[in-house]
Amino acid sequence: MKNTIPNRQALCESLLELAKTDKDIMVLTSDSRGSAALAPFAKAYPEQFVETGIAEQNIVGIAAGLAHSGKIPFVASPACFLSMRSIEQVKVDVAYSNTNVKLIGISGGVSYGALGMSHHSLQDFAVTRAIPGLTVIVPADRHETKKMTEALVQHKGGVYVRIGRNAVEDVYESDDYEFEIGKAVRMREGNELTIIAAGETVRFALDAADLLAQQGIHVRVLNMHTIKPLDNDAVLAAARETGAIITVEEHSIFGGLGAAVAEVTAGGAPVPVRILGIPDEPAIAGKTAEIFQHYGITAENITQIAKTIVQGRVTTG
Amino acid sequence: MTEITEVTEITRLRRKAVEIRMTLLKLIHRAQTGHTGGSLSNTDILTALYYHTMKHDPQNPKWVERDRFIASKGHSVESLWAVLADLGYFPKEELETYSEFGTRLIGHPNNKVPGIEMNTGALGHGLPISVGMALAAKRDGLNYRVFCLMGDGEQAEGSVWEGAMAGAHYKLDNLVAIIDRNGLQISGSTEDVMGSEPLDRKWEAFGWDVVEIDGHDFGALIHAFDSAPQVPGKPTLVLANTIKGKGVSFAENKVEWHHHVLNDQQLEQALAELQASLKSLGAPEQEGSVHS
Repeated sequence: MKNTIPNRQALCESLLELAKTDKDIMVLTSDSRGSAALAPFAKAYPEQFVETGIAEQNIVGIAAGLAHSGKIPFVASPACFLSMRSIEQVKVDVAYSNTNVKLIGISGGVSYGALGMSHHSLQDFAVTRAIPGLTVIVPADRHETKKMTEALVQHKGGVYVRIGRNAVEDVYESDDYEFEIGKAVRMREGNELTIIAAGETVRFALDAADLLAQQGIHVRVLNMHTIKPLDNDAVLAAARETGAIITVEEHSIFGGLGAAVAEVTAGGAPVPVRILGIPDEPAIAGKTAEIFQHYGITAENITQIAKTIVQGRVTTG
Repeated sequence: MTEITEVTEITRLRRKAVEIRMTLLKLIHRAQTGHTGGSLSNTDILTALYYHTMKHDPQNPKWVERDRFIASKGHSVESLWAVLADLGYFPKEELETYSEFGTRLIGHPNNKVPGIEMNTGALGHGLPISVGMALAAKRDGLNYRVFCLMGDGEQAEGSVWEGAMAGAHYKLDNLVAIIDRNGLQISGSTEDVMGSEPLDRKWEAFGWDVVEIDGHDFGALIHAFDSAPQVPGKPTLVLANTIKGKGVSFAENKVEWHHHVLNDQQLEQALAELQASLKSLGAPEQEGSVHS
């Protein structure tokens, strides 16, 4: 049955549960409690909730002040604003001052597909991963969102998380698995090539792997939920053991997951890295699925690219 | 305070402020870098806070109930380094490393140094952070206060006003923001660069209780700080009218002294002027001068 629970709702459910016993957890929204699916939290724990109004610089500064006082603030604000309008506060008040603030960029990527470039967040991985000390995570489904939220409460330090708006198909059957920040999850075994994906594109990578398997091509799939710190060991192992990598992300082809992977392979195990993402242009408007289709962020296109690489290797090798 | 003890207290603070000015001038002179004008204009504010009003313990900088000080105008850090060293937050000898390669004592507040709460330096950040700290105190039922020092040029930053709105919205009467209103910024008069007047009415309109004082009058400073909040449920804005370069005749009210640094002869003259002030306050002469 198709999943109907979006990651934002999974986040709220986890926080509701965790806040029962942990009174330091706080949620801050910038007139975004509805978009963040956090209205139930605001209602259940008014003393652990702060509304800042539409003021994205202020929300991060206030969160840093709360964290300095021992709170564990979760700032839920649209990713397009949180990763741009607030970025100096993220750099100075969170990363540089080393405050324990969890920045939750909601409606990330092209979730607000039809609203245009002002509401797309396709540069957030690039910006946040260049800031020293900041951890960057993008969960793939509701189960991973739950595991991640639990890990965030335990983790000390600033984190930027990007989640999407709409329900996405599950990539895990349940939350009964090990989640560790900074550790990639190998979701399909294979040695002919590796597909590295993050967030909502993990589903496409898995579907592509299954299509390829039907054709006798066995590829590895890594769920790189943590963009920073990147799991370098998993990337290098993939490069050495499978010889080629395709990265898939809901992000600009500049500076995101693909770039992070290529930075590692270039120095440690040079292999071809094909970066699939949104090209360097204001992304076309439309529904999320239509935008993915337009730019080839689909299981079919990943399958095609993988076949070209693997077959090319056979004919030239 | 009785009248006599208040006179004694004010004299003590005035002497301390002169000493802090001497230290910060030597600091800037040795490093040949720093924000001379702004450090001199906020010295009396810092002295009133750290030596009179604030609850704090240099031996226990993370004491939960301490009052918090956030230097939002982070560039005027030399006076703060001089105060923290004098109070014993770190060894006085460390002042000699100011601005040197690898030092903790950089040109902005650095929370690797005991006594510094947060890294500041990008303007417009201090007030939102202070709102968060004051809100945490309210939610936790703690009675510490938060003091946030801003510049007047800084008032052009939009985030100042986001913080102002939130401070009033959450009725943070444990929050005291201070504007070091010296009237000058790096490229000229604040009113020529970007007019911000009427500051008092703007802050009042944002829901703050505004107290306007002479920022070099210790009687007014300690009264404003000690008595806040005068209106329960409202945050306090102390509009402290100051003189940029205060205490050094040739630097006072001169825009170029925003970050001019003293040469040997200027240091000699400035210290002589400050020694004369100390003498007039009945204090024993300070040891040494340029070479101390």
